[in-house]
Amino acid sequence: MQSLVRLWTGAFVALMVGFSVAAHAQVVTEIIDPPLENPVLEARAQAVHKLIRCLVCQNQSIHDSNAGLARDLRIIVRDRIAAGDTNDQAIQYLVDRYGDWVLLKPPFKASTIVLWLGPFLMLLLAGWSARAYFRAAPSQVAKAVPLTEEEQRRLAELLDPEA
Amino acid sequence: MRPMAYMPPVMFAIVAVGLALGLLIVKPKEIPSALIGQPVPEFDLPSVVGTPHGFSNADLIGHVSIVNVFASWCLPCRAEHPLWVEVGEGGLVPVYGLNYKDSQENASKWLADFGDPYTAIGADLNGRVSVDFGVYGVPETFVIDGQGIIQLKIIGPIDRFTLENEILPTVQELQALMVAEGAE
Repeated sequence: MQSLVRLWTGAFVALMVGFSVAAHAQVVTEIIDPPLENPVLEARAQAVHKLIRCLVCQNQSIHDSNAGLARDLRIIVRDRIAAGDTNDQAIQYLVDRYGDWVLLKPPFKASTIVLWLGPFLMLLLAGWSARAYFRAAPSQVAKAVPLTEEEQRRLAELLDPEA
Repeated sequence: MRPMAYMPPVMFAIVAVGLALGLLIVKPKEIPSALIGQPVPEFDLPSVVGTPHGFSNADLIGHVSIVNVFASWCLPCRAEHPLWVEVGEGGLVPVYGLNYKDSQENASKWLADFGDPYTAIGADLNGRVSVDFGVYGVPETFVIDGQGIIQLKIIGPIDRFTLENEILPTVQELQALMVAEGAE
């Protein structure tokens, strides 16, 4: 029984280590597209890349993604920045084509209000319901019942055997 | 049992149903297009080697048209292609091709092998025009009205159902609208 538990624990740990190695391997992708020559502009372009969601592999930014489209979008962002766009203008260029969807951090507006405020509402609701639930439940601590005469006598005897 | 005792399973059920609906109804792979109701981008692309006409945004003015983004390396494009050949032969609406990041040699061979239903094809070698169209994968298909406004976008390969129940009705509706406007 115990060896079985150990086996499962071992398998689980191995799996987790495997996942973390795989995740790490994914992050350290080689930059295959040429950076801008001006390091300041390149830093700005990369800052923008990190805010743009890759449309092919949707939980990665275009900075992290190896997809062909991500590479094309990285190059487009570099072109825009090199042509004199501000970071916001370069971001807007992609939003015009792909919608708010390309933003890893969605803007706060009417269509995303549930997204931003939903978690807090859920938390409030959970807090309220937990409070109502525990208030209505009977106390788990037994009510104190006074000792009977017999118990009183036995207690006195135990405390003071001399008497 | 008192009513409050039912609260935890009820709360759990509400959350579980909410998440299940989210998983089943929302299609995360289909990104809503930002360009519906917007004019097509400006572009002027050379033809694919072996086809007679290049393709520019001016071609899309004055009549309802379909723009199909395809590539010879794209297997789903091959699956939907017979339907485009059929639409091309039908003559109801011109179909324009946007050949996405393709080798010219492969594209010409592909068209020779499987048929060329396109009124004109633009070779989008670096994919920039497709990005202007908001394309993020091939195939994608757009229905464009007579003023060059994008009215419908289909992501992924079309099937007969989508063609007959979504694309062609939209085309006919827009054509009828143009006739009505022309008569005024």
